Amino acid sequence: MTSIAELIAGIKNGEPRAIGRAISIVEDGGVHGHSILAALDVERIEAATVVGLTGPPGAGKSTLTNQLIAHYRSQGKRIGIIAIDPSSPISGGALLGDRIRMMAHAPDQHVVVRSMATRGRLGGLCAAAGAAVRVMAGSGCNIVIIETVGVGQSEMDIVRLADITALVLAPGLGDDIQAMKAGLLEVADILVVNKADCPGAESLAMDLDGVVRERQKAPDNLIPKVCMTVASEGKGIGELAEEIARLDAACRASARHLLRRRQSQHLEILDWAMEMLRPRLLELISSETDDPVSDPRVKAMEILKKIN
Amino acid sequence: MTKETRKHRVLIAKPGLDGHDRGAKYIARTLRDAGFEVVYTGIRRTPEEIAAAAVQEDVAAIGLSSLSGAHLRLFPAVVEALRKVAAPDIPVLGGGVIPEEDFTVLKEAGIAEIFTPGTPVEKIIAAFSDACEAHYQKRNIG
Repeated sequence: MTSIAELIAGIKNGEPRAIGRAISIVEDGGVHGHSILAALDVERIEAATVVGLTGPPGAGKSTLTNQLIAHYRSQGKRIGIIAIDPSSPISGGALLGDRIRMMAHAPDQHVVVRSMATRGRLGGLCAAAGAAVRVMAGSGCNIVIIETVGVGQSEMDIVRLADITALVLAPGLGDDIQAMKAGLLEVADILVVNKADCPGAESLAMDLDGVVRERQKAPDNLIPKVCMTVASEGKGIGELAEEIARLDAACRASARHLLRRRQSQHLEILDWAMEMLRPRLLELISSETDDPVSDPRVKAMEILKKIN
Repeated sequence: MTKETRKHRVLIAKPGLDGHDRGAKYIARTLRDAGFEVVYTGIRRTPEEIAAAAVQEDVAAIGLSSLSGAHLRLFPAVVEALRKVAAPDIPVLGGGVIPEEDFTVLKEAGIAEIFTPGTPVEKIIAAFSDACEAHYQKRNIG
């Protein structure tokens, strides 16, 4: 590749090198990021289904992702995976290890895997996750799975970026259900009990059924379902994929899909605008005379007036 | 607009049947602590899997570890696999139990640097950092 035009053509043709390069350029804030994103195939992006997989560390997200890859490949679909792991708050480095469970698919050109580090972003995603989704969809991926960092209670960014979000839980991780009740459980579209062959899986599923029943105000076809899987053995994967497809079709048939994508776009624009404003705000703050007694909130108001 | 926030991205891999990954994990952690984003692909990988992963992850360097004595076959095989996926520009560094008499053969086969159990860790970090910087110079876009 010698030019940005070749890179853009490469993405459209699904060339791994072009896709990998493009995601880096966008993630690193490179000068060509904007022209790459602006040139992506909008129809492909609209047609792709974005699936979020989230849940606590060790619940089996990566193993489940690997099984979903195999399932979708057997249907002839092209699939993208964005696997996010945390950056170190100390060194800024990261160990990206989600790929280990998906390596069998590495030489398959129709399985595009990208490991990304959070780079300081909280909320379970990285700032460039949305852009990476669009590059993959623009390369012809029918399904893009985003695997979040292992989450606790309030990392809910995935819900707004994905069309369908599955919360993956496993028995034996402690009584985290209680803690999560006022969080992800309320907004996930599918609840997955992975490691369903382990003790405690039945009672976890029953707890989740209770949560689902409390959400009856959702339209009939969008009531979340509890899926049981044993990802390490490939059990329950077909049912999970069917449920994803069913919800996606139901959302697309109603106004929900478009509404979600629009909200997602607005929030991502807001994120980027804040990010772009940040240096200017910091400059204004530090150029103000140091006055340790003034109230931060009052000071913020004064600075905002200057920007207007 | 947004400022450039590039991180060195590298891939640490173990080709072949050797399952002793203590060294590879140690290097992965060390590079992480030096601020690198390290993609670790686990044990028992084929050269083709490693090359495909390196391209998808858009890493600026690859580190291979071998403790089984198969480095003479496996390290050059990764270089060859990279050539096949049109990524001969990604530098390959190798480490492990590697006798000195093999250094020349490996270097001739395209291995950029070779580390042995006695190599100081600072030297390894610097070598990866240099390999990444050199790679950015060679790359055409971004």
